[in-house]
Amino acid sequence: MSNLNDKITKVATHVSQNEDLIFEKSSPGKKAYRLPPLDVPDVDERALLGAEYVREDLGNMPEVSEIEIIRHFTRMSTWNYAVDYGMYPLGSCTMKYNARINEVVARLDGIAGAHPYQPEKLSQGNLRIMKMLADQLVEITGMDSITLQPAAGAHGEMTGILLIRAYLESQGNPRKKILIPDSAHGTNPATAAICGYQVENLKSNSAGLTDIPSLVAQMNEDVAALMLTNPNTLGVFEQEIHKIADILHEKGGQLYMDGANMNALVGKTRPGDFGVDVMHLNLHKTFSTPHGGGGPGSGPVAIKKHLEPFLPKPVVVANSDGTLRLDYDRPKSIGRVRMYFGNFGMHVRALAYIMANGPDGLRLTTEDAVLNANYIRKKLAGIYDLPYSTPSMHEVVFSDRNQARKGIKTGDIAKRLIDYGFHPYTTSFPLIVPGALMIEPTESESKEELDQFIEAMKAVAEEAENNPEIIAGAPYNTRVSRMDETAAARKPILRWKPKAKSAAE
Amino acid sequence: MRYLPKSQSDRDQMLRELGCATIDDLFAPIPAEYRLTRDLAIPRQYGESEILDFFKQRASENANGYSIFIGAGAYNHYRPVVIDSLISRGEWFTAYTPYQPEISQGTLQAIFEFQSMICELTGMEVANASMYDGSTGAAEAIMMAVRLTGRHSAIIANTVHPEYREVIATYAQHQGLPISHVGYNAETGRVDIKALEAAITDQTAAVLIQSPNFFGTIEDVAAIADLVHKKGALLVVSISEALSLGLIKPPSEADIISMESQSFGVPLGYGGPYVGVIATKEKFVRQIPGRLCGQTVDRNGKRGFVLTLSTREQHIRREKATSNICTNQALIALIASIFMTVYGKQGLRELAKQNLAKTAYAVSAFEKAGAKVLFKNSPFFNEFVVQTKSDSRELNDKLISDKIIGGFPLKKFYPELGNSAVWCVTELNAKAAIDAAAKGVAQ
Repeated sequence: MSNLNDKITKVATHVSQNEDLIFEKSSPGKKAYRLPPLDVPDVDERALLGAEYVREDLGNMPEVSEIEIIRHFTRMSTWNYAVDYGMYPLGSCTMKYNARINEVVARLDGIAGAHPYQPEKLSQGNLRIMKMLADQLVEITGMDSITLQPAAGAHGEMTGILLIRAYLESQGNPRKKILIPDSAHGTNPATAAICGYQVENLKSNSAGLTDIPSLVAQMNEDVAALMLTNPNTLGVFEQEIHKIADILHEKGGQLYMDGANMNALVGKTRPGDFGVDVMHLNLHKTFSTPHGGGGPGSGPVAIKKHLEPFLPKPVVVANSDGTLRLDYDRPKSIGRVRMYFGNFGMHVRALAYIMANGPDGLRLTTEDAVLNANYIRKKLAGIYDLPYSTPSMHEVVFSDRNQARKGIKTGDIAKRLIDYGFHPYTTSFPLIVPGALMIEPTESESKEELDQFIEAMKAVAEEAENNPEIIAGAPYNTRVSRMDETAAARKPILRWKPKAKSAAE
Repeated sequence: MRYLPKSQSDRDQMLRELGCATIDDLFAPIPAEYRLTRDLAIPRQYGESEILDFFKQRASENANGYSIFIGAGAYNHYRPVVIDSLISRGEWFTAYTPYQPEISQGTLQAIFEFQSMICELTGMEVANASMYDGSTGAAEAIMMAVRLTGRHSAIIANTVHPEYREVIATYAQHQGLPISHVGYNAETGRVDIKALEAAITDQTAAVLIQSPNFFGTIEDVAAIADLVHKKGALLVVSISEALSLGLIKPPSEADIISMESQSFGVPLGYGGPYVGVIATKEKFVRQIPGRLCGQTVDRNGKRGFVLTLSTREQHIRREKATSNICTNQALIALIASIFMTVYGKQGLRELAKQNLAKTAYAVSAFEKAGAKVLFKNSPFFNEFVVQTKSDSRELNDKLISDKIIGGFPLKKFYPELGNSAVWCVTELNAKAAIDAAAKGVAQ
């Protein structure tokens, strides 16, 4: 193909076998199952339930055979880029290697087959896993206590803000406002609003850090908390973190840390030591539980002692004989944020990951993540504009300023990068950097893969200079070209319908 | 560390190129007084065989090889082996949210198929690409009804899963959303319709019921929908046993269905991860929380899929977003899709019917053995309430020696029912185990 140039070394055309929707492969009478014979008498459901409750027909549910199912989902899987294919430098999302042993242990019968309401005496192994993970995350964060119940990062944010609210309420006033930096994740303001708080934006300074004078000016006794991501979404460590904590604490506010970027800190520093009151962790980011095309996640919330009475219930506690139980008797608890005990399968995987690393492995992991980001920063600085020169931690944010002069935007560069065999970085975020390219390589990349990525980024920059049309039309070697997203939103088609029906409508 | 692909000489070379003497130069932004100068106090690195041994040991401290007679929101169904075989492909489980549609068509088409199958199954017009689980999904459904009606309170039936009710209370408490509850008829175990009618006001945004409810009985959704709609409120129906839809008419009179799909091939997994879903009418689509996948075309007119209608979401609308939900449960939704595809149009019905037949057998076996089954004149699916002379927990303790995990004791949430437990029978409970359980309960 003329539009593939010789600098593309990593990929050939993606595997791309066409595949219809499962409904289009269906035909009456095909089966992929065989039930065992019923060992009790059969029943007449109409007589038993009343005819008005019985469903006679499942409409257009598919009817296919087992081999068709295997081929269908296998072919579709090959249309996905994944960490297993190569570098996935999505900033702020931490797409790292997912260890296979984690998957094996999470599927052991006694673990995967455990009912959440089976008696505690038959759940000691699971309770032990939760307790050990909780204890180790407390040590890693330097906090005093933790809940594993939240199902995802944003769910953890909600839990954390509700904890702050309950604590402040116990002090006599829940307060009205939450301060949120303009560089924050979009979930932060949405969370604050859901918890009944007004959102007040906090401007970053010219170094991309929290502006201390603005914070002092905006902090008052109406402010419940500051929600701070650290390192922030520029990948920059808030050097005056303790000062920030002091300013909040002086006026009785709380410091909430969005721990999405904990990948940059584990084993090197602990939020509990630098003044954080509440933080959430994203197990699927920092602790390598797989993200599965968009979930599941898991968002434990770690806290300081003064917030402990308010933790969601139940909490795993030890009996005097060393066995474990679930404590529901917690009168000051904010209640429950999820049924049962959270995404337990992710707790298993995170513990297995921590065990495989140990203290030295976790530290080296953090060091490699930061080293990789800085290496990319060094090699691409100048070619891509670096809007903030503040030192980077685990991710680096460039802008498309140099390329925009030729009409090439961050989104275009991202699409062209796909042709070179890489998943794109995060585009257009953080909002404080117009045309952002947010790159997070993680520790999982070898020097060779990093060099290949750097060469690809350089080649795209060169194309932007000399041959911008080629970028504007990218990607070329994918099974579909650029999608018409406007049409998708204007006239939404959100489900398959049988042909005859849709023609009639 | 075996997960790290760089050699020490790679690291040294990279540091040299950065002009750093040591790696700690890169951590200089962290003030010295907060830098950790010791090892974390966590266990040393374990070898892979040790990790496996450790978790096998933990697994052996749990129930293993028991006949499980608890449902109560988490159902023990057979998981066809093709599920794990397929989802173990790295392209499924190591991919991220499909923000770059050109290289995420697998996940996107799978989501589109999931949405379509959920619509077929529930009788609704649109479905989202999943919520965290049934409990948070129910809370989001109520918040959605508040946005749609502009009204500010909700009524929840006491026959909704108690933990769902607790989660909703947590979500609602700071949003100016008062929640009231309505009881059940002591004879039928179904929503007390008269009490419900009296409770609805012109400020009621939503009425939430569950069917089959926490006692396993199927609610008269059509009748409830009539009276809810007459008063201008929306009806939200929660379904925690999704397999019931294989045999029971979907509650298509509802405005919003909030379903937990764990029954569809998702491991019990000690309570999670599971997969919630919200399905609704097309006219409500712009208030539905979470991700939606839509069909479109590429530049060459070829069919493809993208995440769409994201202007409702937090990454654009920030504090004005319909919800703060960010992640969805794509991999678990994929499990559910594969399960629905394996069983398909005929199999879901046959499987559901096996559950019903086993449950009907269990009810008669329990009664023959002398146990009292409550609400038995109401229609039920695979759960039923058994009242006993002795304490349900003590009974369950005795059954453990027969490798039976007995029903969920109701005393904690329904003290008025005394020594009662809700039992669940699925296709995985053998006749012999049912007989043994019946004998044990009647003792």
